[in-house]
Amino acid sequence: MAKHETPLLDQLETGPWPSFVTDLKKQAETKPEVYDILGQLELSYEDRITHWKHGGIVGVFGYGGGIVGRYSDMPEKFPGVQHFHTIRVAQPASKYYSSDNLRALMTLWEKHGSGVTNFHGSTGDIILLGTKTENLEPFFWDLTHELGQDLGGSGSNLRTPACCLGSSRCEWSCYDTQEVCYQLTLKYQDEIHRPAFPYKFKFKFSGCPNDCVAAIARSDISVIGTWRDEIRIDQAAVKEYVAGNYPANGGAHSGRDWGKFDLQKEVIDICPTQCMWLEGDELKIDDKECTRCMHCINVMPRALRPGAEQGASILIGAKAPILEGAQMSTLIIPFMKISKDDEYEDLIELIEKVWDWWMEIGKNRERVGETMQRVGLPTFIKVMEIDPIPQMIKEPRSNPYVFWNEEEVPGGFARDIDEFRARHKA
Amino acid sequence: MGYNPDKPMEGRLTDLGPPHYEQFMPQVIKDNKGKWLWHEIVQPGVLMHKSETGDEVYTVRVGSARLVTCQFIREVCEIADKHCEGKLRFTTRNNIEFMVDAKDKVQPLLDDLASRGNRFPVGGTGAGVTNIVHTQGWIHCHTPATDASGPVKAVMDELFEYFTSMTLPAQVRIALACCLNMCGAVHASDIAILGIHRKPPMIDHKRITGVCELPLAIASCPTGAVKPAKAEVDGNEIKTVKVTVERCMFCGNCYTMCPAMPLADPDGDGIAILVGGKISNRISAPKFSKLVIPFLPNTPPRWPEVVEAVKTILEAYAKDAKKYERVGEWAERIGWESFFEKCNIPFTEKSIDDYRLAYNTWRTTTQFKFTSHVK
Repeated sequence: MAKHETPLLDQLETGPWPSFVTDLKKQAETKPEVYDILGQLELSYEDRITHWKHGGIVGVFGYGGGIVGRYSDMPEKFPGVQHFHTIRVAQPASKYYSSDNLRALMTLWEKHGSGVTNFHGSTGDIILLGTKTENLEPFFWDLTHELGQDLGGSGSNLRTPACCLGSSRCEWSCYDTQEVCYQLTLKYQDEIHRPAFPYKFKFKFSGCPNDCVAAIARSDISVIGTWRDEIRIDQAAVKEYVAGNYPANGGAHSGRDWGKFDLQKEVIDICPTQCMWLEGDELKIDDKECTRCMHCINVMPRALRPGAEQGASILIGAKAPILEGAQMSTLIIPFMKISKDDEYEDLIELIEKVWDWWMEIGKNRERVGETMQRVGLPTFIKVMEIDPIPQMIKEPRSNPYVFWNEEEVPGGFARDIDEFRARHKA
Repeated sequence: MGYNPDKPMEGRLTDLGPPHYEQFMPQVIKDNKGKWLWHEIVQPGVLMHKSETGDEVYTVRVGSARLVTCQFIREVCEIADKHCEGKLRFTTRNNIEFMVDAKDKVQPLLDDLASRGNRFPVGGTGAGVTNIVHTQGWIHCHTPATDASGPVKAVMDELFEYFTSMTLPAQVRIALACCLNMCGAVHASDIAILGIHRKPPMIDHKRITGVCELPLAIASCPTGAVKPAKAEVDGNEIKTVKVTVERCMFCGNCYTMCPAMPLADPDGDGIAILVGGKISNRISAPKFSKLVIPFLPNTPPRWPEVVEAVKTILEAYAKDAKKYERVGEWAERIGWESFFEKCNIPFTEKSIDDYRLAYNTWRTTTQFKFTSHVK
């Protein structure tokens, strides 16, 4: 495969940010098909349109997900990318790697594929971009046998679960996001690899309400760490912040002169529930008023810590706009213990209840959040056998159109019109 | 040994799942998991976490293009071997993190990274712009309305100083999705760059019978614009679909379901800018991004109109917002009418919602500000 002239892409080789063009050119020296990737992309830059065909069903035996078929619409001009299928490889929890593992994976990918990757795809998988149909089975064999690794999800199935780095390197994580993510990923291998759902389904695990994996905006089941007792305060450290000895917000604002740290202005006055005040130089918190937004803890990480009775809030139904509009997840379970000790019993029971219901009544390509919208939250929680509580809503309804059930009304719905007319002339 | 095409199922391994995470964690991380007490950003791109055991871990955060090659990953491995006992991690925003267990190991690592040209920019922490979460675009996707890696490179080149510093009122999360499917959380980002189509799908009557389930194509349209129809192909009447163009909102869902309905177009396609979304529950609830610029053209290779728009919004925010205030919180405090004025963005009817639940966004109070919009 020959080089192509790429005058437009070449302009992306300058500038301070790392250049994918430079990187691809270097890879092309040992993997010549990368010249065709560059050539086809250059043509897209000229034509201002994609040159990839729609879809193409390819995969490995026994799996219905993990590989996305892709073909060039200019195969004569760019034979190196005639087939350019994507492989999704399940990432380790929190995306920690050893160089040995990454090197082995890269050797495998240069052997069977283009040598081009994404670290990582939006859902969290390692994305290997570009291989031929005939390479899929040999790659999968080597991946499983040599590396003991596996594909992730694609299509109408459970997508590869993802988590923040959790307690591995964060003081705020209220449960072990890595462990539950790993355990549930293993438990639901069948659901990840063999599509049986109405549409895609995602789990994401964030350790605290800062939500670093965007669980609340992107996952059908969002597990977001929280606590239910008091924020732990180190009053001596509060004084250090007030004295300016510790940088506010972990030093996040140190690039600009914002003036001296002002506890009243920067924490107490901004608190959304106004549940903090100073008594002398002691910081007080009325914890029953606190909604655990994390602001004060973010500002003073050395003085304040989440409470010790930790667990997670479970929210359900987030999705991007296609089709009914974007949805954030809705709070369904305010507090659940997330513990390996009971093998995540409560969480698993909830997940499987949601799936059983959604697989039965969800329409083709309907995310669970859309199914919830269609049937209404009251119906959804009834099916889930969860009692209604005000934490599930922002405000009560402002219309009176309640769907009363017959059994809720004395005497039921059946009445005798003749008996009615005997007393009420028409 | 290896794959035997004659006996594909013999010795097959499946459903192994991901490798256990613990084997990949640096020793200091393994030793202190669950014991971390607090952290501090010691300089842009360098974090220090302190454990109750007294241990410290220093993390150097480095931006990457996300679209990277095996060669690049090998270089990352070489750095990890030299400085970090062969361990590293990636963040959810496509940054690479190199971790060392002592302060005196930080500078040699930084020096090494700096010696490698522009390949490993250190930053992306605190009140700055971190790496752009993005999608595939023209490098690999069949439905994009724009490229992904190109506009990201162009924007990050221009915003580079905000990646390597911490001078903003709060963190600014920028994301790019190359079509309305929005792979990645573009719908909840401070500044979102979104590829959009503006021409209704064409109907390839010659192919539709072979490649589409017509009822699925019809059902795929959220506004009911796709209807059953008949057409003549080579003298034969075939069943097909037609599109009521006035009802088309250019979402592309029909094309996802039916390859015979392509809608991409060099002049029709381009980029919309949305702002004010966030994920975190900090101070205010998570918010969706709102559409403020309905269309900018695709102008490869450097998308100057998009770069300019993002920079203008970012700098208006940087100048005007209060400490800790995210872009969306700032816009809500000053009022969206002031946002459009301060960012010098012309307001058009296209920013007024007319899709589902649109009424929720209409103003039903006498409280407003007299900006230049009020004539």
